[in-house]
Formats: sequence, C-alpha cells, structure tokens
Amino acid sequence: MQKLTSKLKGNKMAQMILLVLYVLVTSLSLYLAQASVTAFLLLLFSLLILYYTELPDRLKWLIAGVVLIGVIPFVSSTGPGYQSYMEVATVVGIYVAMALGLNIVVGLAGLLDLGFVAFFAIGAYTYGIFATGQAANFMPFGTFPLTGESFWIFILIGCFVAALFGVLLGIPVLRVKGDYLAIVTLGFGEIIRIVFNNLDKPVNITNGAMGLASVKPPEIFGYQFVYPNQFYFIVLAILFLVILAVRRFEFSKIGRSWKAVRENEIAAQSVGIHLVRTKLLAFAIGASFSGMMGVVFAAKQTFVDPTSFTLLESITILVMVILGGMGSVPGVILGAAVITILNLQVLTEVTNYLNQLSLDGVISFPEALAPAKMQRFIFGAILIIFAIYRPQGLIPAKNPVFDEESLKEGSEKHRKEKITVEPDKGFQA
Amino acid sequence: MGIKRGLKVLAASALSLGLLAGCNASGGSEGSSGGGSGKVIKIATQTPLSGGSATLGESIKLGAQLALEENKKKFEDLGYKLQLQPYDDQADPKKGVANAQLIGSDKSILGVVGHLNSGVSIPSSEVYEKYKVPMVSPANTATEVTDRGLKTVNRIVARDDFQGPAGADFAINKLGAKKIFVVQDKTAYGTGLADAFKKAAEDAGAEILGYEGITVGEKDFNGVLTQVLSKKPDLVFFGGLYTEGGQLIRQARDKGIDIPFMGGDGMDSSTLVEIAGDAVKNVYYTSVAADASKSSDGQAFSSKYKEKFNKNVESYSAYGYDSMSVLLKGLEAAIEGSDGDLPSREKVAEEVRKIQDFQGVVTKVGFDDIGDNKFAKVYIYKFSEAKYPGVQEGEISK
Amino acid sequence: MLAEILQSLPQVLVDGIALGAIYAVIALGYTMVYGILELINFAHGEIFMTGAFIGVAMLILMTGMGWLAAMPAVLALILVLVVTSILTGFMGVGIERMAYRPLRNSPKLITLISAIGVSFLLQDLVRFITEYKRGNYILTGPSMFNEKFSIKFSSISSSFSDAFFKTSTLILIVAVVIMMVGLDFFVNKTKWGMAMRAVAQDRETASLMSINVNKVISLTFFIGSALGGATGVLFAVQYGTIDPYIGFILGLKAFTAAVLGGIGNIRGAMAGGLMLGILEMFAAANLQLLTGGIFGAEYKDVFAFAILIIVLIFKPEGLFGKAVTEKV
Repeated sequence: MQKLTSKLKGNKMAQMILLVLYVLVTSLSLYLAQASVTAFLLLLFSLLILYYTELPDRLKWLIAGVVLIGVIPFVSSTGPGYQSYMEVATVVGIYVAMALGLNIVVGLAGLLDLGFVAFFAIGAYTYGIFATGQAANFMPFGTFPLTGESFWIFILIGCFVAALFGVLLGIPVLRVKGDYLAIVTLGFGEIIRIVFNNLDKPVNITNGAMGLASVKPPEIFGYQFVYPNQFYFIVLAILFLVILAVRRFEFSKIGRSWKAVRENEIAAQSVGIHLVRTKLLAFAIGASFSGMMGVVFAAKQTFVDPTSFTLLESITILVMVILGGMGSVPGVILGAAVITILNLQVLTEVTNYLNQLSLDGVISFPEALAPAKMQRFIFGAILIIFAIYRPQGLIPAKNPVFDEESLKEGSEKHRKEKITVEPDKGFQA
Repeated sequence: MGIKRGLKVLAASALSLGLLAGCNASGGSEGSSGGGSGKVIKIATQTPLSGGSATLGESIKLGAQLALEENKKKFEDLGYKLQLQPYDDQADPKKGVANAQLIGSDKSILGVVGHLNSGVSIPSSEVYEKYKVPMVSPANTATEVTDRGLKTVNRIVARDDFQGPAGADFAINKLGAKKIFVVQDKTAYGTGLADAFKKAAEDAGAEILGYEGITVGEKDFNGVLTQVLSKKPDLVFFGGLYTEGGQLIRQARDKGIDIPFMGGDGMDSSTLVEIAGDAVKNVYYTSVAADASKSSDGQAFSSKYKEKFNKNVESYSAYGYDSMSVLLKGLEAAIEGSDGDLPSREKVAEEVRKIQDFQGVVTKVGFDDIGDNKFAKVYIYKFSEAKYPGVQEGEISK
Repeated sequence: MLAEILQSLPQVLVDGIALGAIYAVIALGYTMVYGILELINFAHGEIFMTGAFIGVAMLILMTGMGWLAAMPAVLALILVLVVTSILTGFMGVGIERMAYRPLRNSPKLITLISAIGVSFLLQDLVRFITEYKRGNYILTGPSMFNEKFSIKFSSISSSFSDAFFKTSTLILIVAVVIMMVGLDFFVNKTKWGMAMRAVAQDRETASLMSINVNKVISLTFFIGSALGGATGVLFAVQYGTIDPYIGFILGLKAFTAAVLGGIGNIRGAMAGGLMLGILEMFAAANLQLLTGGIFGAEYKDVFAFAILIIVLIFKPEGLFGKAVTEKV
C-alpha cells in the first residue's frame, strides 16, 4: 500500500485517472442502486479526494464544479431518493456557508461568538415577513406578500440587514474581550430569539411563536422553485460566491489583519491595524453570509419560527468550525458537511436500521439508546476527542510562506513559483 | 505528511468499499423497490424522540406501534407486511422537513402519524403534500395546520379555536369565573390555545386581568405568580404542557393561590399529577379524549399498553393509537379499492379523508373537507384528588 | 403603579433571593475555576444537574427502604447533601483530569470546546440512565419540607403585602449561606485557600513557592463541583421536578451572574447571583406594569441579558472585578 501511495505522489496523471475512476464507480453504483445512502456519501467523498490530489487549482475547481453541478444531480435524479439527497445537499450547503461565516469571526479574527445563529434568524425573518402577509400588519404602503420574484433581491437585503446587526453586536465588542465576549454574544443570540418569539404584540411583526407559514417560494420568469433539487442550485451558486469571497478576504490585507488581531491585539495595534474597524468588519462579513442563507432557508422551509434558532444551533455551527479546523476554509467546509450529514442522514438511517432489527425481534435493544437520541452524546464525544487529540481540526489551516530572497529580487514570476505552504501556527498563544 | 498518506489509503479503501456498496445496495434494493411483490408497507411516525418533549413524542410512537401490531394480522391476510418506521423530528422544523423528504422518497411508506409540534408539522406537511403522503396528526391543534387546505393533512384532535372557547365557556358559565388570568408558555401550542381562550373569554364578558408568558424549560415561575397573587383573579388559565403546568400549579399552591386552574390537552398527563402532587386538586383541563378508563375499549387499551411497554398510558399514546388506526383503516379501504394491489399514495390519502365514522379508543373520527375531525369533542375534567385521570365534568361538542 | 410594585415587593424579594441563592452557588463554581484556570467550565451546569439526579435518586431509594420515614427529614437531607457533594466533587476532579488537564497549555478556546463536549456528554448520559431505569427522564422526588409560612409584611406597613414561602426555601437559603461563608473562610483564612489564591494569581510563581499546582487545581474543582452538586439537591427539594436539561439553562444564568459580578471574584459571584435572581423575579412580576402592557414576563431574560451587556460595556471587568492591564 505504501509503495502504491508513494508512486502516486507526484504522479498527477495517475491521481487524475484514479479520481475519475472513483467518481465513475461511485456514481454508477448510485445510479444503479437508488436507495443506497452509502453510494451517495462515497460520491461526496470524491470531493475530499480531489482536495488532496496534486492537480493544479484551476483543474480542481473545474472538476469540483462538474461533480457538484453535473454528476451528483444527474446520477441521483432517476431514483426515488433523489429529493432526499438533494435536501441533504441543500442543507449541507446552507450550513457550510454559515460555518464559513463563523470561521471568519472565530477562526480568523479569534472572536468567540456563541450567538451566531441570530444572524441566520435575521435573514430568515427578513424574507419571511415580507414574503407572507405579515408585513401588511405594520407597513402602511405596498401589497403583501411580495411575489416570489423578490426573493433574489432579498438575498442581498438579508445579507445587508444581517451585516448591520453584526456591526450593532460589534459595538459592545469594542469594550469586552475573550470570555466576556463569548457571554455577550450568547446573550445577544438569546435576545434576538426571545424578541422574535414575542414580537406579536404590541405590533404583530414576527407572529410570535406561531411562526410565519406559507412563505412564497422563489420565482423567476414564472418558474417556481419548490423542490430541494431546485434549491440545491441556488445554494450552490451562493456558496460559490461565499467561498470565492472568503478566499479573497483570507489572503488580503484585511485577512492578515484579522489574524494579527487574533494573535495579539496590542501588537496588532502597534503595527497600525485599526482594531475597531477590523473587528467590526469580521462580524459584519461573517453575519452577512448567514443572513443570505437565512433568506434561502426561509424560502426552502416555507415556514419560519423561533425554534429553529436556538443556542444549540449556534453551538452546532461552532462544532463544525472546530471539527474542520479553525481558520481553514476547506476544513470548515468538511466539518460542516460531516456534522450535517451525520445528523440528518447517518444517525437517522442507523436508528431506522437498528429499530427495524429490534421490531423484527433479531436483537433487543433499549429504546433509550437509539443512535438518533444519542446526538448530543456523539457531539460531546467528538468535541472532547478533537480538543484533546487533534485541536487543529480535520484539515488544519495553512498559511502561505513567502521565500524571503525571491521577494527581495522582486520578480513576480519567480515569486509565484516559490510559494509554499506550511501549517498555520495560529492558536498557539 | 502522514495524514496525507493516511487519507490516500482511506480513499483507496473507500473506492473498493464504493464498489462493494454498489453491489450490495443494488442487491438489497431489489427487495425494497419491488414493494409490490415484496409486499412491505411501511407507516412512518414522526415525533420528537429526543430532547425536551421526548416523553410525549415517545408515547405517540408507542401508541401507534401498538395499533400497527394489532393490525398486522389483518394486513397479512391481504398479502402485505406492515412495518413501523419511526423518525425523530427532535421538535425541530429543519429535522422534520429533512425526515419528511426521506419519507417522501421511500416509496414503501404510505402514511405518516405525526407530529407533536405544530411548528414542525406545518413545514413538514408541505413536503408530504408534494409527495401525496397522507398524514394524520395526533396532537397538532394550531388552526394553521389544516387551514391551508392541504389534501393530505388530517387530524383527530380539536382545533385551538374550538378547544379554547370550550374551556372559556365552561370556566365562565359553570365555574362562574369573572376575572381570569392567562399564562402561556410562548410556544406555538401554548400561544394558539391561550389566544383562543382569551378571545372567547373576553367575548363572553369575562375580564382578563393579565396575559403573561413563561419560558419552557425553566422551573421557577414565581415571578408571574406574584402578579397573579396581587391581581386576585377567580381563575388562572394556562396554555402549555404539563411539565411547566405542573410546576406552575405547585408553586401557586405554595403561595396560597387556591383558585381553580385550567389548561388544555397538554395538561392531560399522569406526569402532571406526579409533578404537582396534592396541589393538583381543583385543576381543570380540557381534552379531546373521552375518559378511557370508563369504556371497556379504553381499559383494554391501557392494560395492553402497560403490558407491552411497561409504561403508564398517556393521553397522547391513545391519540397516537387512534391516528394509526384511522390511517390503517384508510389504507385497508385503498387496498380493497385496488383489488388487493398496492395502492398509490394518492389513493390512500383520498380514502383516509373519506373516513366518516371510525370509532377509536378515545374519540370518534370523521374528517371534513380540510381534514379536521368532525366528531372532535371537548371533554372537561377536574382533578379532585392527586390521581390521574381526573373526573369528567363536562362534554362539549361542536 | 409604584404602589403596586411596592405591594408585591416582599414576595418578589423572597422568591428572588431563593432563586438568586441557587444562581450564586453555581456561579461560585464557574468563578473559582475561571479564577484559577481562566476557563469557562461549561460542564459546571451539568455537574449541578447530575447532583440533583443523584440526590433525588438517593431520596427515592431511601423512601423505598423506609429510611426517610424513620429518621428526621433534616438529617436525611444532610446525609444526602454530604454524599452527593462528595460524589459530584470527585466527578469534577475526574472531568478536570480527563478533559481539561491534557489541554492545560493549549489555547483557551480549545479547552472551552472540550468543556462544551463534557457538558453534552453528561446531559445525554444522565438522560440515558434515567430513561433506561425509569422509562421517563423527568424525575420527581419525594415531597419534603412543604410547610408553608408567611411573613406579615403587612403589619409593618399597609403598602406591603405578605410574603409566602415554604420550609424548603428557608432550608435552601440557610444552606447556601453556610456554604458561602464556609467557602469564604476557606479561601481567605486557610493554608489551602492561600495556595488557591496564589495559583490563581500566578501559576508558575506559585509552583516555585513549592505549591503543588495540580493538587490545588484538583481541589478547586472538587470544591466547586461539590458545591454545585449540593445545590442540585437543594434545587430538587425546592422545585420538586428535575430533568437532564435543567443544568444548561441554569448554568447559563449562573455564568451570567458570575460575569456580572466580575468573573474570578468569589464575593462578586455571590453578589451577582443574588442580583440576577432578584432582577429576574422583579422583571417577571413587574415588566407588564412598567411598560404599560407592551412587554410581559416573557421578556425577563432579555431584561437580564440587556443589563449584563450594559454592565459589561461600561465596566468590562464586571461589577466587582478588577481591571487587568494586558501585557504584551
């Protein structure tokens, strides 16, 4: 085996062939065996393999695009499991975007946020209120609900409103640090949820605990988005933009300022980094991703109520970031995908399987031990194990390292070639 | 680098596993996809089996399971094997919708019993509607559940705008309450019920002294009770579930508030008595369930339930039982209608909606054109001692 | 309006102090650990919850064996309190050993995550055991100390109404006062207490002064967890019913209280807990009145959190905390 891997290393052609082979086999098995969750998961796994190949970046993006846009929807489309796979993939996309947002706040800027789901809620309610008759209760003009065509504008509005709240939350942050910050953000998250839960009087804005039902589905040129496979593409498009943005931010001046602030605030300040602006920007950008996905979530669920935005949800998103690797974009994507799939598909399936066995009388196993019930237990165990044995996460963050001499020479071309990566030394302080 | 190599090994093994899975799953799927010949019919339940309201969700599931197992024989004679497929919605709308997608895509599932929370039921039923899977709800009382006019959504319990006013009518006319204090738990269920009660009580001329919310999961409600103490109402109405209700009553009695309390079907549980103890005296609750311990059917059900699961019967277990029975009744009709062939989901949904006079353990069931139960009656019970269930005091029909 | 608020004030105070006392003792656990390790021990709420379950299980067992009827109730309670606090104390030490000690030198965020993990694990473990044994994880203990009392505030001035409470409230308050005074004495007057303060101030220097840092940290966890477990028992006796999820909400509130009082500061935690309890009770009883019916009791948590945030904005180190200048 080792011989094989050492041969593979450096041999791009072989990697490419192996990858294509893998995708082919898994998609074929998914295509033929419609109800197989395993095949679906293995097909998704190809993206991780792709990440570890040594192909040029552009080609990687291209292959990922082909797999996500073409292969996955196509091979699963013929079977009965289609919509449920697409539902899972859509939810994964939503969580990936949120986790990437939180990654900016926690992973890059080092600000522990325990109320992150509030921004998701804000996005969801922004669309929910205007895409149902609810807005008519307090808006003196206009006819509500707005049509599904407004959805596309609301993605932007949700993004801005959430960013605005991010800045609002950021203001107390200017004064508090570390653990105090954690509790302030936690308080903020709870306040938002409680307020949404109670804002049915004196003016009925959010319809309180009853929630907003029958949210209009998105629409474009008379084409309605109703099924998960349609939302899948919306989510994919937004996700693409989010990843692009995160990538650009991470290696820009502002990204480096975030890391500097994370490592040492005072040192960062002394080299001329504007603390207030840097921190607020982290909150605003992180929040805006959640806001956008909140809008999509509201449209997909067609129902918004406060129970979707509890503290547990905030912690789940944090778990995704930690599991994947703080500050590492590919890691966070992987973390979000693993947790969501584990929660939505794997635990449910395993429970069903065990349950079927015990109903058939093959094994007797106590109801209290059903895997779906053990979600907290599993999360807890994952957190402890990762904290102790692999605190840097599944895919640790990497920082580009520049060769000093070539920088001095100043040759653009030369420099690009010499960029290497080494593990992020972050979070050692 | 070690990790990298490890991952490659993992990838390679995953590849071979993929091959295996492909063969394995394609082999396995023949059995399930050819449902007609394999003759497996699954009925799903979707209730919270974990988290804060798991006790209720569990009792619905077990009730449904009992009904399904009792009917197994009958369906075997028709040539089908019945299976229960319980899902856990964790009282979370997201999870509920994701499970609904799974249910929708599993062609052998022909019906759903669920959910506990209206907040989960509303978005999930949108999905069931897309896949035409009939749903019978054992617990959702929010008006919005059926008011959207979905073809697949039915419920056997009374709506909030029936149960609430029925309670208000009893409180004002029978108990002579003039000044009422309303407390609710700020969930979809509690708010819906309390709002309906409040509106009806105001219309009937009672004065509402206060309308307060408490937080689910907390145990100390003394703050709100202090208000009750200083406002001196004749009756306190609580919209919410028994866990908070029990605490509220207990703490009220400790404060010397001896006026009658009233609640909805969420209070209809033996755990309420367990929590509140002797304080439960002089508490009234409305329920859509007739006193099961009086009828022979009900007694038989309780003892069977107790024997099978070694748990005391809860009101929701009976609703779960009846919901499943109604669903199976519709399924049976659909199978007969298609001459013994596997009926389509649409057909089953139609047949379920057509049911007009089904006698369940706790309620008679007949659906109107939006899926509400025409025979849903509201019974009023009173605890005069610390023993569950209470004594039936009144009966109100539509 | 003022007259009405005054009218209910005695009752609000009694209830607020009872709830605040619970917050205060749990807050002590958070603050002690924070003071010494700079770690938010998220699992502390769960230790409290486990204590409540152990206590109720013991009481139920004792009732079943007829012991509860045979001995005076106060004696039984003391017995349960002592056994529970020893058990939860060792549990706290164990948690520190397993989940925190290996991370002593890693970044704080990582340890925090481990703490959240322990918290989830404990919740589910208790849920599982209770559900497995009893079929239902909501547990109701035997009814004790239910005699009702009232203080006749109305005899002092007619603008007050009487305050009602139970024997268990009295026991709760007395027990909490004893625990707090005992802890305060221990930390400020004994040799071990001095060692604890030294480690909190500077771990490395303390170790140079021949203080066994690991032992001191274990002791801190033992005391904090023992107090938490004992409070769990008192909580169960006071409120009767417990479930595995009580620790999370209460822990959150207690942590808020600790931050309010200035985390790391033991007396601050006591004051913060009492303040938060009274504030919450006051908000639940009077918000409706104060805002003319616009906001009700459901906003009491918003009220509490808003005060916390305001305090932190103007005094980031908490009400009784000392501002620390950061060194580069």
